[in-house]
Amino acid sequence: GKNEYDLLVVGGGSGGLACAKEAAQFGKKVAVLDYVQPSPQGTRWGLGGTCVNVGCIPKKLMHQAALLGSALKDAQHYGWNIAQPVHHTWSVMAQAVQNYVKSLNWGHRVQLQDKKVKYFNMKGSFSDPHTIRGLTAAGKETVITAENIVIATGGRPKYPMHIAGALEYGITSDDLFWLKESPGRTLTPFVFNVSLECAGFLTGIGLDTTVMMRSIPLRGFDQQMASLVTEHMESYGTKFLKRCFPTRVEKLENNRLQVTWKNTDLDTEESDSFDTVMWAVGRAPDTQSLNLERVGVKTNPETGKIIVDASEATSVPHIYAIGDITEGRPELTPTAIAAGKLLAQRLFGQSSELMDYDNVPTTVFTPLEYGCVGLSEETAMQCYGSDNIEVYHAYYKPLEFTVAERDAAQCYMKMVCLREGEQRVLGLHFIGPNAGEVIQGFALGIKCGATYPQLMKTVGIHPTCAEEITKLHITKRSGLDATVTGC
Amino acid sequence: SVQAHKEGKPQKLMEMNGHTPALHSYDYDLIVIGGGSGGLAAAKEAAKYEKKVMVLDFVTPTPLGNSWGLGGTCVNVGCIPKKLMHQAALLGQALQDSRKFGWQFTEEVKHNWMTMTESVQNYIGSLNWGYRVALREKKVTYENAYGEFVGPHTIKATNKRGVEKLYTAEKFLIATGERPRYLGIPGDKEYCISSDDLFSLPYCPGKTLVIGASYVALECAGFLAGLGLDVTVMVRSILLRGFDQDMANKIGEHMEEHGINFIREFVPIKVEQIEEGTPGRLKVTAKSTNGNQIIEGEYNTVLLAIGRDSCTRKIGLDKVGVKINEKTGKIPVNDEEQTNVPYIYAVGDILQDKLELTPVAIQAGRLLVQRLYAGSTTKCDYVNVPTTVFTPLEYGACGYSEETALEKFGEENIEVYHSHFWPLEWTVPSRDNNKCYAKIICNIQDNERVIGFHVLGPNAGEITQGFAAAMKCGMTKEQLDSTIGIHPVCAEV
Repeated sequence: GKNEYDLLVVGGGSGGLACAKEAAQFGKKVAVLDYVQPSPQGTRWGLGGTCVNVGCIPKKLMHQAALLGSALKDAQHYGWNIAQPVHHTWSVMAQAVQNYVKSLNWGHRVQLQDKKVKYFNMKGSFSDPHTIRGLTAAGKETVITAENIVIATGGRPKYPMHIAGALEYGITSDDLFWLKESPGRTLTPFVFNVSLECAGFLTGIGLDTTVMMRSIPLRGFDQQMASLVTEHMESYGTKFLKRCFPTRVEKLENNRLQVTWKNTDLDTEESDSFDTVMWAVGRAPDTQSLNLERVGVKTNPETGKIIVDASEATSVPHIYAIGDITEGRPELTPTAIAAGKLLAQRLFGQSSELMDYDNVPTTVFTPLEYGCVGLSEETAMQCYGSDNIEVYHAYYKPLEFTVAERDAAQCYMKMVCLREGEQRVLGLHFIGPNAGEVIQGFALGIKCGATYPQLMKTVGIHPTCAEEITKLHITKRSGLDATVTGC
Repeated sequence: SVQAHKEGKPQKLMEMNGHTPALHSYDYDLIVIGGGSGGLAAAKEAAKYEKKVMVLDFVTPTPLGNSWGLGGTCVNVGCIPKKLMHQAALLGQALQDSRKFGWQFTEEVKHNWMTMTESVQNYIGSLNWGYRVALREKKVTYENAYGEFVGPHTIKATNKRGVEKLYTAEKFLIATGERPRYLGIPGDKEYCISSDDLFSLPYCPGKTLVIGASYVALECAGFLAGLGLDVTVMVRSILLRGFDQDMANKIGEHMEEHGINFIREFVPIKVEQIEEGTPGRLKVTAKSTNGNQIIEGEYNTVLLAIGRDSCTRKIGLDKVGVKINEKTGKIPVNDEEQTNVPYIYAVGDILQDKLELTPVAIQAGRLLVQRLYAGSTTKCDYVNVPTTVFTPLEYGACGYSEETALEKFGEENIEVYHSHFWPLEWTVPSRDNNKCYAKIICNIQDNERVIGFHVLGPNAGEITQGFAAAMKCGMTKEQLDSTIGIHPVCAEV
C-alpha cells in the first residue's frame, strides 16, 4: 500500500525538528511524533526536546543568572552603589526561564504548522519498517505509515539504580530546571559536564553546592583544562568531594536527605544531609519503548545507542537515526541539527553532502567557561607523538577583571599544532569569559585548515581576550613562564 | 661609545652641520620617538637582539593641563580606559537584567564617577609602571623627554624642566601618534574637554554634549549614557565615516532608542561659560550645515571628538628631509614602514593610509625590528585587520564594508548573507528583540570567499577575532556553512 507520509520523524528535539522542517521545504509530506515520558519525579515538558526544555537553553539562562551575580559584585568596583545585602530568589528566575522555554515550545508548534508538518503528541513504536504505532497519554492509538523514518528520540538522564534511595529521593537535570522552589543545599554526584555546569550556577546564585566525583572530571575532555575548570569552581565556592562515591540515600524526618558515601582515599564511610540530590551519572538513549528489535534496527549492546553509517542510515533500509541517540556521535544540539538538515537534503533534495563530525567546537558553561575545538593535548600526543606536536600556551587576565579585582589564575589558553611543515592547528582550548563566542570563529578557521603562522598573521582586536590567541608564542616545550604581560 | 650629554655646545653643532657622525660612533642603534603601542613594542623587540635602544616619550599637556605616563594613547587615554568605562556601563545594564534573573536589591542604584575613575586610573598607573620596569629589564634606555630631529642622525631631547640633550642613532623610528583635534572656534580650548581629559576627569561630567561622529565620539557618548548621564551627540554629517554605513546607522539607532539625543547636521560655532565649577555650565551655539538655523544648548561638559591629528609637525622632520602629507600631517611609508629617508622608519597612527589601531602598530613595530635586526623578511599584513567599536551595542568588523565591496567588485559579483538574532541572555530580561545583526559579504567569483564580516551584538570583539583568523585562512561561505555552531552563543548565528 501507499505510505501516508514521505517522512516520519520520531522525536521532536533539535535533530528531529530540523530534519522535519527541512524536508517540508522540499514539499514533502512530513509528520513529527513527540512525547515526553514524565521523569520519575513527575516532571514533563513541551515540544522541542532536551536542548530547549531541560538542556542548553535553561542551563545557559541559569548560568547567566549566576554570571549576573558576579557582575553585581564587579559593579561596585566600577562605581555602582548597590546596597547590601543582595540576594537571589529562585522562583523569580525559574519562572522567567520556564516562561521563556514555554514560548519556545509554542514557537516550535507554530513553525511546524507554518511549514505544514503534522505534529502528533504521541509515543511511537515500530510495528514494521514503515509503520509506527503512536500512543497518546490517554491510551488512544494511531497507526502511521511512512516511506522514510528518522529516529531522533535522544536520551534521558540515568539513575544509579544500584544505590538505595537513588530513584525515590534524587532528581536529575530533567527536574532541576522545572523546580518551583529552590533546591537548597545540593549534592551532585556526577561524571559529566551538564552537572558541573549546574553545580556552577547553583553556587553562583548563592546555594551551598557539593560535587561528588569518583575519578576524573569531564572525561573525554582535555584533562589539563578540566582541572583548571574544577579548580576555578573550588575557588568560586563549589565544594568537591573527590574520589568518593555514594552508597545510599535516605529521607530524614524533616524531609531532607541523608547521603552516605565511600571515600576511596581514606577508605572510610561518610555521610551528610542535603535538601536535594541531583544525579548526573550519564544519559541513556531513549530506545526501550521504540520496539527496535521488531524491525531489526541494530544498537550497540553496551550503550544501547543506534548504530548508523556516515549517512545516518541504520541497519534497516529507509530507517535513519540522528542526534544523541546515535552511536559515536557528539551529543550536541548543533550537530543534531546539521545532521538532520543534511539528511533531509540527501533524501529529498538531490544532495550528497554527508555530515562532517570532525572539529566540532563546544563549550562547557561553567562559571569560568571552557571552549574548545579539535583535539585535546592527550589525544594529539597519542595520534602524532609528543615530538611531533607543539603546544603554545598562555595565562592571561581579562581586562575587565582588573578593576573588578577578580582572580584570573585559571584564565588560560592553549593551541595544539603539528610541529613540522605548515604547523596545522589540531586543537584550540580556551578558558575565560564568553568562551563560546571566542572559539566559534576559530573553529571556522580550523575547518579551513588554519596553521599557526596564519593565526599569528591575524591582527588582534584590542582589548579583547580572544586577541591573546593570535599572540600565543610560548611553547610548553620551552618551559618558559607563559603569563601574558602588558600590551 | 660615549654618550653625548652635551647641552647645546657649539662643538656638537659643528658636528651636526654637514658632518654625519661615523657609523661606530652613534650613541644608539635605534632611537624610538614615542613610547606608545608601536614604539614600545619595537623597542622591546630590538632589545631582544641586543641592540642599544632608547625610547623618548613625552606628553604635551592638554589645553586644560592634563598629562599622563609612559604607554601612549592606548594605555592612558584610549583603548584601555575606554573599555573599562564601557564595561562599567555594561555592568549598569547587567544590574537591570539581573532583577529579571531573580536578583534582588534596592530599587535605586546610582553610579559614582569618582570611584570608577580612581579604579581605572590606578590600573593605568600600574601599566605605566609595568612599562618602565619592562624597559629597564630589557635594558632599553627611557627618557621622559620631547624628541625632535635637529640634523642627520641626531635628535634633541627636551625634558619638562627644559633641559636639552643631544643623541645620535644609526636608525630612528617615529611613533609619535596623534592628539585630539580642536575646532578652532571661540571657547574650544578654554572650556571643552577631549578624550585626553575625559578618562581622568576629577568630577562627574554631568550633562554632556559630545561633538563628533567618530568611533571615539560614539563610544564615549555610549558609556556616559550607560552610567546614567544625559548625553547629546552633535553630528555634522554621517556617523562612523569609513565604516559600513548600514551598520553605522544601526548603531546610531540603537543609541537613540536608549536615550542618547542626536543633533544632526549642525556644527558648533562658539562655546561660552555660564558658570564656573566642577562641572560648570556651558552654553554652546551651533549652526545648521544646510541653512541658517542657529540653536543653543546648555551643558555641564562639552567633549570634542571630531578627529585626531598626527604629532609630526613639530618634531623637526624638515631638518632631516622626511616628507609628510602636508594636508593631513601623516607620513607616507613603503611596505617596510620606511620613510623617504632610508634610516628613518615610522609606525602607528601617524602612517598614511594605514589603520589607526594598537595591534596594527604593535605588529608593524615588531616585524619591522625583526627585519632590521633578525634577518626576517616578513612584512606587516594590513589586509583583513579586524576591529571593534565598543558602543553600547558593540560592532565587530573584518574586511570590506558592503559599500566598498559593491564598488570594488560590482553588485553582480557579491552576495550578502545576513541575519538578525536575539542573544539568549536578552530573552529573559526582554531586551531589544531584533537589534543584533550579522552579515557576511562573499565574492561570488572567488568561490564565494568571505571578504567582509560584520556583527552587531554583545561581545562583538570576542566573536570577530576568530572569524578574522578564518578569513586569513581564506574562508569561503561553504566552509562557514559546514562549520558547526556552538550552542547557545551569539557567534553561532
